[in-house]
Amino acid sequence: MTDSKDWPLYEVFIRARGGLDHKHVGSLHATDARMAIEHARDLYTRRQEGVSIWVVLSTQIVASDPADADAMFEPARDKVYRHPTFYDIPDEVKTL
Amino acid sequence: MSGEPLTDDSRFRYVLRLGDLSLILGQRLGEWVGHSPALEEDLGLANIALDLIGQARMLLSYAGELEGKGRSEDDLAFLREHREYSNAVLVEQPNGDFGQTIVRQVLVDAFQVELYQRLRNSADEHLGAIAGKALKETQYHLRFSSGWLVRLGDGTEFSHQRVQTALDSLWLYTVELFAPDPLDRQMAQCAVAPALEDVEKAWSARIEALLAEATLKRPAQRPYAWFGKRGEHSEHLGYMLAEMQFMQRTHPGARW
Repeated sequence: MTDSKDWPLYEVFIRARGGLDHKHVGSLHATDARMAIEHARDLYTRRQEGVSIWVVLSTQIVASDPADADAMFEPARDKVYRHPTFYDIPDEVKTL
Repeated sequence: MSGEPLTDDSRFRYVLRLGDLSLILGQRLGEWVGHSPALEEDLGLANIALDLIGQARMLLSYAGELEGKGRSEDDLAFLREHREYSNAVLVEQPNGDFGQTIVRQVLVDAFQVELYQRLRNSADEHLGAIAGKALKETQYHLRFSSGWLVRLGDGTEFSHQRVQTALDSLWLYTVELFAPDPLDRQMAQCAVAPALEDVEKAWSARIEALLAEATLKRPAQRPYAWFGKRGEHSEHLGYMLAEMQFMQRTHPGARW
C-alpha cells in the first residue's frame, strides 16, 4: 500500500465570492486533479468559504529562490518614489 | 392491490424507511473517522456521513409529525428496536476495507440520486422539498464515491481485485432496493413516490456505465432473502444499534 505521503501535493486557491481573486488557502495530498478538487471542497469550503476552486500541482509552481532575495527585493527598498504618495489628490476625487 | 387510501400512517412508514436508509449508512460511514487511509479521506467521508445524518434528521422529524404520537427524531433514531428499523440490509453491511466502503457507497448514492430526483415532484410537498435539498448533497456523494470506484477499479491489479471482490459480495443486497412491497406500490400509486421499476432502470444504466469505466464486471444476480424494509436484518445491525443507542439508553433524553 502506498501512503498518502506519496501522493503528490497540490496547492489550493479559493475564490470567496464572485468578483474576488482566488486566494491561496493551503495545500493537500491527492492522487489526481479530480481528487484534489474534491478534497479541496471537503477541506477548505465546508464552511461556505468559496464559490470556485483552483488546484495546482505544487511541483508546477515556479518560485523565486530565497537565496536571491537580496538581489531580487532589496533594491526596491529605497525607491520610495515608486509609491504614488507624492501626488496631491484633488478633493473632488472620492474613490481613489 | 390498488385502492388503499393514502393515510398518514402509510406515509409515516414510507418516510421512516427513507430516513432509516440515510441514518444507518451515515452511522456506518462515521466509523471511518480517524481510520481513513488519508486525512483528506477522513474529512471527505465524515462530510458525507454528516450529510446523511442531516437527511435522516429531516426525514425522521417529518415521520414523527406524520405519526402524530409525539415521537421526535431522536426517539425514532435511538429508541426503536432492531426489527423496527426499515433500512435496506445493504447499508448496515460492515465497512470492510476502503474499497468495500466505496462500492457500498456508489450503489447507495446512485440509488438515492435517482430516487431523490423523482421524489422532488412528490404529491407530498414536504417530502419533495426534503428530496430537493438532499439531492444536491447526494450528487456530490456520488461524484466522490464514483471517482474512487474508477480510481480503484482501473488502478492496480491489487486495487482492482479488492473492489471486484467487494462488488461481488455486496451486489446481492441491491435486489432489495428495487423490490417493491405493498407500501412502495401504494406510494407510487398515490404519486408520493416514483415506481421503483423506473428508479431501477435509471440506476442500472448509471451503474453499468460506471462499472465499465472502472473496468469492473457486473456480478450475476443471486436469490435474495433479506428484507430490511420488513424489519428482517442481518446480524450486523444489532451491534450497530447497541453502539448507536448506548448514550440515549444510558442517559435518557440527554442532549447537547
